[in-house]
Amino acid sequence: MAAKAVGPVKRSFAPWRDPASAPFIEFRNVTKRFGDFVAVDDLTLTIYEREFFALLGPSGCGKTTLMRMVAGFDEPTVGEVLLDGQNLAGVPPYRRPTNMMFQSYALFPHMTVEANIAFGLKQDRMPKADIATRVEEMLALVKLTPFAKRKPHQLSGGQKQRVALARSLARKPKVLLLDEPLGALDKKLREDTQFELVDLQQKLGLTFLIVTHDQEEAMTVADRVAVMDQGRIIQVATPAEVYEQPNSRYVADFIGDINLLEGRITVCNDGFIRLDCGVGGGTVEVDQTMDATPGENGWFAIRPEKMTLSLDPPENPTVNCIAGDVWDIGYLGDVSIYHVRLAGGATVKATVTNRTRLVERPISWDDKVWLTWPRDAGIVLTR
Amino acid sequence: MSATDRSAPPTPGNRPNPARWLVVAVPYLWLFLLFLVPFVIVIKISLSLTAIAQPPYTPVFDLAGGIGGLIDGISEFTVENYLWLTEDALYARAYLSSLTIALVSTALVLLVGYPIAYGMARAPKGLQPTLLMLIILPFWTSFLIRVYAWIGILKKEGLLNQLLLWIGVISEPLTILNTNTAVYIGIVYSYLPFMVLPLYAALERMDRTLLEAAADLGCPPIRAFWKITFPLSLPGVIAGCFLVFIPVTGEFVIPDLLGGSDTLMIGKTLWAEFFANRDWPLASAVAVVLLVILVVPIVLFQNHEMKRAEREA
Repeated sequence: MAAKAVGPVKRSFAPWRDPASAPFIEFRNVTKRFGDFVAVDDLTLTIYEREFFALLGPSGCGKTTLMRMVAGFDEPTVGEVLLDGQNLAGVPPYRRPTNMMFQSYALFPHMTVEANIAFGLKQDRMPKADIATRVEEMLALVKLTPFAKRKPHQLSGGQKQRVALARSLARKPKVLLLDEPLGALDKKLREDTQFELVDLQQKLGLTFLIVTHDQEEAMTVADRVAVMDQGRIIQVATPAEVYEQPNSRYVADFIGDINLLEGRITVCNDGFIRLDCGVGGGTVEVDQTMDATPGENGWFAIRPEKMTLSLDPPENPTVNCIAGDVWDIGYLGDVSIYHVRLAGGATVKATVTNRTRLVERPISWDDKVWLTWPRDAGIVLTR
Repeated sequence: MSATDRSAPPTPGNRPNPARWLVVAVPYLWLFLLFLVPFVIVIKISLSLTAIAQPPYTPVFDLAGGIGGLIDGISEFTVENYLWLTEDALYARAYLSSLTIALVSTALVLLVGYPIAYGMARAPKGLQPTLLMLIILPFWTSFLIRVYAWIGILKKEGLLNQLLLWIGVISEPLTILNTNTAVYIGIVYSYLPFMVLPLYAALERMDRTLLEAAADLGCPPIRAFWKITFPLSLPGVIAGCFLVFIPVTGEFVIPDLLGGSDTLMIGKTLWAEFFANRDWPLASAVAVVLLVILVVPIVLFQNHEMKRAEREA
């Protein structure tokens, strides 16, 4: 399931790799405390113009607080937030060039769809004729033109979501903030809307900052993802990097499914690492460059879909191979997940794509199986 | 109504249940006995003539006379009392003055009550039950005693004048008691809870992210109040205004105790007709007209609301 989560990669767009590109949103050593609770802990982060940036983490990790500091609903306790070079300290929300799409949509219940979209434009004292034109544009953009005169309570969840989107885009904000924008939609609608959002962001050329706890959503829409935990950022990288090269067990575990085998690093050369995983895993060899000293503890992390499951032992069963018994099989239709119990008692998951239409799978419960993988499939983590 | 009125034959799952009718019947029976019957009696008296008798009007239905007696009685009905109400300008002035006082006091109560309700709704969640309790607390003391207490406060040598003299704001005691000002003070004080409670209910229910959304869209707080908070609290405003306006129009105790001889209110007129003049038929006519005056706007308003709801649905 996690394998399809890698979104469209726009390789040409990568301002974060270019040291000359100017930051657009900057968090400089930002700390936010609510009483004793530290919501954001000395966090520094740079987001670039026209980027679709996702803040990802479990609830309570500080991602929403971070976004609310850009919108102006919360002020940092320590540190500063800059937008397009301007320090936002003391600027009230109604003077900030940002707009937010709220998790609850926060549509004004006493106003029609039209009036909701026009609300921000009226605050800007835009001429009436221009407001009408812009509202029509926005309605067309979110395909809600026939619903202009409806009140929010007469709309479905998906329609409300699109009104909220149109309303937050109407003022052409420098940054659009999206707070769990798709949380209330059902799965199918959510997937469609994710692609619409990406489309819209590219068409309008705006900077989008999205907060979500759904890793699949973050990976589908975002150019870069920041994985957060307890007020800190653990890793900031493209979705593919976060998935294939997590920098810690926390990130590896939070994004998708992963098997972790603990061991001791025995060889650490440039581009090659050998790990001794003891009872369950044997010797693991990985093509990887990392800063570690032999003797150090490490974890070999490998995704379930990157292992090959076989009933026959490989030629060299001592390296990059573990053996065990099939403990459980999860049949999902497109793939089956095999839970393999190792000699030491640990369980490893391996995904096998169901390429034939056999109902009886050749590998069944309690079969003795061998799991193998190439040297570029997994990664060694030291934290 | 009985089960046989139903056009559809009873089906096993939908059998008329006598207990259900009983539940529905209780409030209707209550209203019938304690509202409709007395009201019909009042209408009947308003169509009678005064008499020096016991009761002080005629005709009096003699049930012993049967249907014939009833018809005889009805033939004696007269609209003379209603005509009298239009002939003497006193009554029109009293109605008008009552409506004016009720309108002004409703506006005052709204003005005072709205900030209180707003403050309560925005207070910390843990504090709100206490504040609500404080609003309801005065009901635990008799209404009459509380109005009497205001005499002690407002009279010439009362607490308010003493305080103002002591501070030095005034050098001569103010005459507040027995003026319309005292009536307004008494009404605002007495009817405040009836305004605050529905307002609080409406404001407390409001989703506060709406105000964040308004701010996010460039709307400063004061404008957001008028664009978002106030329109969304309108149901509470309307309910509160009706709860104040209607009883204040017929208010008797407050103008009688705190008002002066020039405070003209229909409640006082009604009382004078009943007890001072012992003119029950005229007093009944005054009461019926008051009811009509109050019912008409309510019905119109409800019609309007229903049409609006239909349009929206």
